[in-house]
Amino acid sequence: MLRYTVRRLLQLVIVVGVLSLLLFAWLRSLPGGPVSALLGERATAETRSRLTQELGLDQPIFVQYWKFLSRAASGDFGVSTGVQPGDTAADIFFQRFPATLELAFFAIVIAIVVGIPLGYLAARRKGGWLDNLSIVGSLIGVAVPVFFLAFVLKQVLAVDLGWFPTAGRQTGGIDATRVTGFFVLDGILTQEWDAAWDALHHLILPALALSSIPFSVIFRITRASVLDVLDEDFVRTAESKGLTTPVINRRHVLRNAMLPVVTTIGLQTGALLAGAVLTEKVFAFPGIGQALALGFERRDYPVLLLLILCAAGVFVIINMVVDLSYALIDPRIRTAGGVR
Amino acid sequence: MSTKTDKIDALAESAGKIGDDPGVSVAAAAWRRLRRNPVFITGAVIIAAFIVLAILSPWLAPHDPTVPMLGDQVVKAKNQIPEPQPGHPLGGDQVGRDLLSRILVGSQQTLLVGVLATLIGLTGGLILGTLAGAIGGWVDSFVMRAVDVMLSIPGLLLAVSIGALFAQPNVYTLIVAVAVVQIPVFARLLRGSMLAQRHSDHVLAARSLGVKQKAIVFRHMLPNSLGPVIVQSTLVLAIAIIEAAGLSFLGLGNPDDRTPEWGQMLGHAQNVIDSHPQLAFWPAGCIIVVALGFTLMGESLREALDPKSRR
Repeated sequence: MLRYTVRRLLQLVIVVGVLSLLLFAWLRSLPGGPVSALLGERATAETRSRLTQELGLDQPIFVQYWKFLSRAASGDFGVSTGVQPGDTAADIFFQRFPATLELAFFAIVIAIVVGIPLGYLAARRKGGWLDNLSIVGSLIGVAVPVFFLAFVLKQVLAVDLGWFPTAGRQTGGIDATRVTGFFVLDGILTQEWDAAWDALHHLILPALALSSIPFSVIFRITRASVLDVLDEDFVRTAESKGLTTPVINRRHVLRNAMLPVVTTIGLQTGALLAGAVLTEKVFAFPGIGQALALGFERRDYPVLLLLILCAAGVFVIINMVVDLSYALIDPRIRTAGGVR
Repeated sequence: MSTKTDKIDALAESAGKIGDDPGVSVAAAAWRRLRRNPVFITGAVIIAAFIVLAILSPWLAPHDPTVPMLGDQVVKAKNQIPEPQPGHPLGGDQVGRDLLSRILVGSQQTLLVGVLATLIGLTGGLILGTLAGAIGGWVDSFVMRAVDVMLSIPGLLLAVSIGALFAQPNVYTLIVAVAVVQIPVFARLLRGSMLAQRHSDHVLAARSLGVKQKAIVFRHMLPNSLGPVIVQSTLVLAIAIIEAAGLSFLGLGNPDDRTPEWGQMLGHAQNVIDSHPQLAFWPAGCIIVVALGFTLMGESLREALDPKSRR
């Protein structure tokens, strides 16, 4: 177990290290560059070269990378040149990361609350109308581009019907105290219920759009897993002992069927980071995804570098925790020659 | 990485399997199951229709998709776009080109993006996976670590990073961005199926007959990996079309809209979606149906090949 953890941590370091080098080289090979983005096309050659020097972009790439590394070691990831000029990349990350995390959290909660019961019911009544309907639904859920779903939700529920706000995290004029950066949680902690409700109101549509793919995946895994467990001998034993169906379902079926579902939930949370790029753009939601999209448009190297590295790091860590918890929950994996 | 990689590995293992009925080949047994599977039939019909449409679209399209023949009905300032009218059942687009013709002809580019991206991903993965699986040793470790690193980055994020690499996004940079993401998936799949076969009877028989390693890999192991590769390719086609649409939406697709493509039409429609939702709905609907078709086909193929996964 310890060896495995150490190996995975090492892998994390390698992934982030290799990725940082690749991204660094890539981002600098991007056409345009931050100088053009900052000064526009009509700047004089003199101002251009001055800014290039100021930003250190005239030095060889390895020198630049080394400087980046040594500054990064002390927590300095550079200053944004495009997304929020003047702010440090780290500030932007800390401002926006809670927003995306909040969004991803609500998306995954929706996916779980709908996906698991539906998957369970579909498996219990295999071949019934609910089963077939939800299978079709989950297949369509995967086939619909996330941003299109976001558009439809926004257009119908926010613009046409006016039930939800169309953009942002919170209504501008609202007076809210910031504690954690998670707006809904802040509102609850400070007991500013209107602020909490307003933030939640802003979250519902983007979270709904973002949840379509995790919902489909969680539903299908739950269904397949429950079907697997229903076939097991211990379920038959429980039945022949005369246990009532609700007891069997709760103690034997559900508990055993949840293992693969837990894994999937973890992995889907990681994948949500990517889906957030599209959803946040549609709803002008000020999270990591929107900053990434803006960063690409405006060639904001420091912000892009930090945000992509963090996203990849979070993804790797989630994968690692999931794999570890998998081994912890299921003793069979441990005894069968250790975790992979 | 459990579920993502497990799924690939499970598929890879089916390469070494022998059919339930020894008298029938794996492919024949799979086909026998598929023939009666309504899911597969639905997917196959959708995809067949899509391919026929793509080939015949230049003749089917009522108008030239590049000519703004309804241009006089477009008023930019008032955000006016030609409504459906006789001769133009779906109306026109932002510059007055016939929408129906653009949808029809757009199927060609969408098919091209999907197929080319899948082929490039497949070729890259084929080379890496075969190297890793056939040579083993440090080549294997090196390739697989690289593959794990690539798999550990969310696909769309990787595609976006790659797409942003190019000075002028066009349809080929879009294809490359979508394809690179699929290389590690195919590599892992092929390596897995190579390993699954390494100790199988037919490879052992060939080896004991003194067949050279190269011939074993190319004549015996690779052809037997074909099944899982076809399954994965079908699923990747759906992913490629959806991801290409996502990249177009982020502005990393083809900016030149003279040759129509569904993802690009959808991306360009985002500014007028409030007033003219039909410009987004038609291409989006087409993307959804085609992606659904490939998914249905891929999933039922996977089931047919690996009876254990049948549910």
